[in-house]
Amino acid sequence: MNSLIAGVILILCLSSYFFGRSEARKLVTKNIKLKALPAYYGYYLSLWCGLPALIIFGCWSLFEPTIIKILILNNFPLIESKDLFYEQTLSFFNGNFSGDITNEIKAASIQYANIENIAQNSKILIIAAALVGSLTFAYKKIKQNNKARDDVEIILKILLFTSSLVAILTTLGIIISLLFESLKFFSTINIFDFLFGTSWSPQRAFVRDASAITPEELLELQDAFGSVPLFAGTGFIALIAMCVAVPIGLFSGIYLAEYASTKVRKYSKPIIEILAGIPTVVYGFFAALTVGPFFRTLGESLGLTVSSESALAAGLIMGIMIIPYISSLSDDVINSVPQSLREGSYAIGATKSETIKKVVIPAALPGIIGSILLAVSRAIGETMIVVMAAGLAANLTINPLESTTTITTQIVMILVGDQEFDSPKTQAAFALGLTLFIATLFLNYIALRVVKKYREKYD
Amino acid sequence: MTKEERLKKRYRAEKRFQMYGLISVSCALIFVLILVQNIFSKGSSAFSRTMIEVQVNFDSNLLELDGPVTQTSLKDAEFYDLAVESLLKIYPSKDTKEERQVLRLFSPDYEYEIKDYLVKNPNKINQIVPVKITASDDIDQLNKGNFPRDLPEDRRRVSNYQLNIYDNLVEEGKIDKKFNNYFFSKGDSRDPELAGIGGSLMGSFFTIIICLALSFPIAIMASIYLEEFAPKNKITEFIEININNLAAVPSIVYGLLGLGILLSVMEFPRSTPLVAGITLSLMTLPRIIIPCRASLKAVPPSIREAALSVGASKFQTVFHHVVPLAMPGTLSGTIIGLAQALGETAPLILIGMVAFVVDIPSTPVDPSASLPVQVYLWSEQAERGFVEKTSATIMMLLGFLIVMNFIAVYLRQKFEKKWN
Repeated sequence: MNSLIAGVILILCLSSYFFGRSEARKLVTKNIKLKALPAYYGYYLSLWCGLPALIIFGCWSLFEPTIIKILILNNFPLIESKDLFYEQTLSFFNGNFSGDITNEIKAASIQYANIENIAQNSKILIIAAALVGSLTFAYKKIKQNNKARDDVEIILKILLFTSSLVAILTTLGIIISLLFESLKFFSTINIFDFLFGTSWSPQRAFVRDASAITPEELLELQDAFGSVPLFAGTGFIALIAMCVAVPIGLFSGIYLAEYASTKVRKYSKPIIEILAGIPTVVYGFFAALTVGPFFRTLGESLGLTVSSESALAAGLIMGIMIIPYISSLSDDVINSVPQSLREGSYAIGATKSETIKKVVIPAALPGIIGSILLAVSRAIGETMIVVMAAGLAANLTINPLESTTTITTQIVMILVGDQEFDSPKTQAAFALGLTLFIATLFLNYIALRVVKKYREKYD
Repeated sequence: MTKEERLKKRYRAEKRFQMYGLISVSCALIFVLILVQNIFSKGSSAFSRTMIEVQVNFDSNLLELDGPVTQTSLKDAEFYDLAVESLLKIYPSKDTKEERQVLRLFSPDYEYEIKDYLVKNPNKINQIVPVKITASDDIDQLNKGNFPRDLPEDRRRVSNYQLNIYDNLVEEGKIDKKFNNYFFSKGDSRDPELAGIGGSLMGSFFTIIICLALSFPIAIMASIYLEEFAPKNKITEFIEININNLAAVPSIVYGLLGLGILLSVMEFPRSTPLVAGITLSLMTLPRIIIPCRASLKAVPPSIREAALSVGASKFQTVFHHVVPLAMPGTLSGTIIGLAQALGETAPLILIGMVAFVVDIPSTPVDPSASLPVQVYLWSEQAERGFVEKTSATIMMLLGFLIVMNFIAVYLRQKFEKKWN
């Protein structure tokens, strides 16, 4: 049904374009000077035909199920688990329900059929009315030889503007979805317990009924969600990653920008950038199946106990993933240091490396720091490598050979599989997501500021 | 220290510094090689599968067919007894335990493979015909040389008895390798030899198509607006800040967005390419807008001025002249953005695409997996067969990414004009 309506609207749109154009050409034969090209009258008619109808159609289809649900459930105030009841009603209505059919379900599905019928009919009526109304309006305008081009361009401009608003809507969506669940979480768990507690064990946080948490359960809960071990683990793995990525990335960037011949640069830069294009799940697989066991056997032969999910393996692989982010960006900033600075340094007899160390790097430092900060925010937001290669238990440790866990790992672990939506455990994942979002936003903001300041200096 | 010594020392420092750079670059390059080599050496064997030749007696009495032999009656027939009888003949034994071990040489689908053979060749009924049956994962790995044979029996997955039969079969030339079409045509399975990426391939395909359909038009319109029409004011600035920030938000946060808004508020179906496509398009949007804007910006102002000077409106200028010239750049930016989306895993896990789905999805609203999620799922499995399957999936994934990136580079190099 829906596709039929959409099809009719689209066909009308298309035909009204040709109709509008031919009408405009008729005006020409009456010796009236057109105010725009005939095609614009076609666009004008077609836009007026399609847009209002499509907007109504879209909104209606989006909200119809929710409104019908509310209408029906209002009639059955005594039902306990409303969502389940409604789902049963729907599947009974569709004829694929197996289970006990109660009288309520029968009554509700009859009501559903009625409301659905009314909704369907009124939807078609309203859309038809909108089509006819807007078409006659636009047709009259064309007959009066309006400024079709200007009008079409205004509509298009509004369309362009709305699509650029999607970015704001996405940000809003992220903030709302994170904040909404997090606030629910913080209404049961004190925010300070969450931020400064040192034991993380969400599997203990089992509540029988999320709407009525008993005092004993609450006490248990408050101990279960201390996220300091996660923050420490995230920071620790990111630190190991940076220990790998910063020296290799920075030296690669310097070498490619200052020493490498054009040929070497031409081939090695894209190959290094392959590292950034490989999906992280591939790194995760490599870290978990090759690097982790390799470190363990290596450790065993040295007499060390190395966990096969050691922070070292995850951090090392993450560091390798991050190399191109640092090398490319620092390559760029080093290239944008003015040549005159280098020549001045050579003129007083400095070698190339001395020039780099004493002149180029200090000049490019803000840009390099910016690139490192961006890399850190990558590292703490990285998910698949740590999910596959780092551990699950929240250890507060600084031994790189033991396993630790991270914020992203815990989000995934909590949300994979069956989840009851209103439990503090699920909400905790959103609270962790919020923390992650704020942390990366903060890092990116500073990094972009630093890089921008630097650009202004040399532009 | 004399002057000469100091100079020598400085030159040594110079050499050392250059060396560090060279070592770093080679480190990165070597790692790319190690990774690729590791994946390829593990994964390449997944493209073949081991077959065991069995003399199957298509005795119509065992099929309990009533009436004439037709395609439909064969399809409905029960092949289990016939299959078991023929399979056991490769190494006759009276002991049920030993018989069970013989059957375990074959993949659990032997019954259907024999059935498929007869449905395809119905004239072979009541004949004894050699049929090639897929071997079980253990035999497959043994044949590919991935299982060491000299381990003690209790640490091996193949018993001495089975090993003995296997060696006999090899001597008789009944073990054969053929191209593993199951890997491309089948959905997920608990048995490595029957598992394939058909389902996740389709899932990824639908996801990317939806992602493209949503993000490409919106990204182009948004970047045209921001680059060509937007007035310099607070709103524009706010939109730009938003886009830049969104491009750096960790992907898992988009997964939370999909879970919190798309699944629980708007009640879209879980585990489907539809939700995955929408989530990924939100994630890719800023990553496409940024290169799109850059390529629009790269079109020199003289083009716009020329169009405006002959009386084109602002819109005609943009849509007839600027956008076509910027198209190679925008297309290559879009393809690179989609390539990133294709490899994205974390958000898909959160919206439930980790479900175990055997059926191959035929529409975007069927539950399915996607290629990177399949990698994640199989990497959790213990069997050696899945390690090889995972690596092969990664090879396919990397192959797609390489192709997409090549197209992007080609578009840019071939069609993009250099303005000087």
